[in-house]
Amino acid sequence: MANKFDIQVRAEHEYAVLETAGYLNDALGEDLSKKAQELIEKGYTQLVINLEQTALINSIGISILIEIIEALDERDGTLNFCGLSATQERTFRMMAIAKYAGIFPDEKAAIANF
Amino acid sequence: MTNTVLKDQVCLTIPMDRDMELVAAKTGSVLAELNHFNEDQTEEIQLAIIETCINAFEHSQSEDRQVFIKYIVKADELECKITDHGVGFTAEDHHNRITNRQQIHTEMRKRGWGLEITMNLMDEFNIESGENGTTVSFIKRTAS
Repeated sequence: MANKFDIQVRAEHEYAVLETAGYLNDALGEDLSKKAQELIEKGYTQLVINLEQTALINSIGISILIEIIEALDERDGTLNFCGLSATQERTFRMMAIAKYAGIFPDEKAAIANF
Repeated sequence: MTNTVLKDQVCLTIPMDRDMELVAAKTGSVLAELNHFNEDQTEEIQLAIIETCINAFEHSQSEDRQVFIKYIVKADELECKITDHGVGFTAEDHHNRITNRQQIHTEMRKRGWGLEITMNLMDEFNIESGENGTTVSFIKRTAS
């Protein structure tokens, strides 16, 4: 379980999961982007971002998530999100993120759909 | 930061400092919960407040570096009026902010979403902007 304002990374054989906790603003977003970039540089192209412990995301945080989608896109990778609230999912769909990344109810479904 | 309760309205002034939008959002969240908004609606109100405050922080160029928030509570709705004393903006300014940003997928632009998100999540939305500043007003109804 991730702590408040925290990012936990679990790298498995073929994919990695980043679990965020706390307000996803520019600061937490930059930390998340750095960790995602490190994974991509190690060769991970299938990433899950679990937002279950993140109650609020602002549009700056979402813009950083888009940068991660773009970084994976350049390597033919895939980003799947899970654990979104109804409002977060609505916002992601409004911003067209759902066209370029997967949105799943839980981590199991996000991993199963790579 | 000052906070005043006046019967059916709460007035809050926040400095344009890091994460101060959360103070405004939490105040909105408490008022929404007291007014029997459900969890999703409460989150939508919080996000609308956050986005509007961030917009003021980033673009208002106000000299006093403050945002003034008035929460008006009615039987079945919560209205927020978020004011800055900045330079104001036009629809053309907003369009330029959006289109000048770079992105790979044109649909998935990175920034300039704050007002659109707020407009989409709220039941009523209005902007008054001029050389003395900007007030963004929005209403969320419990029945929405």
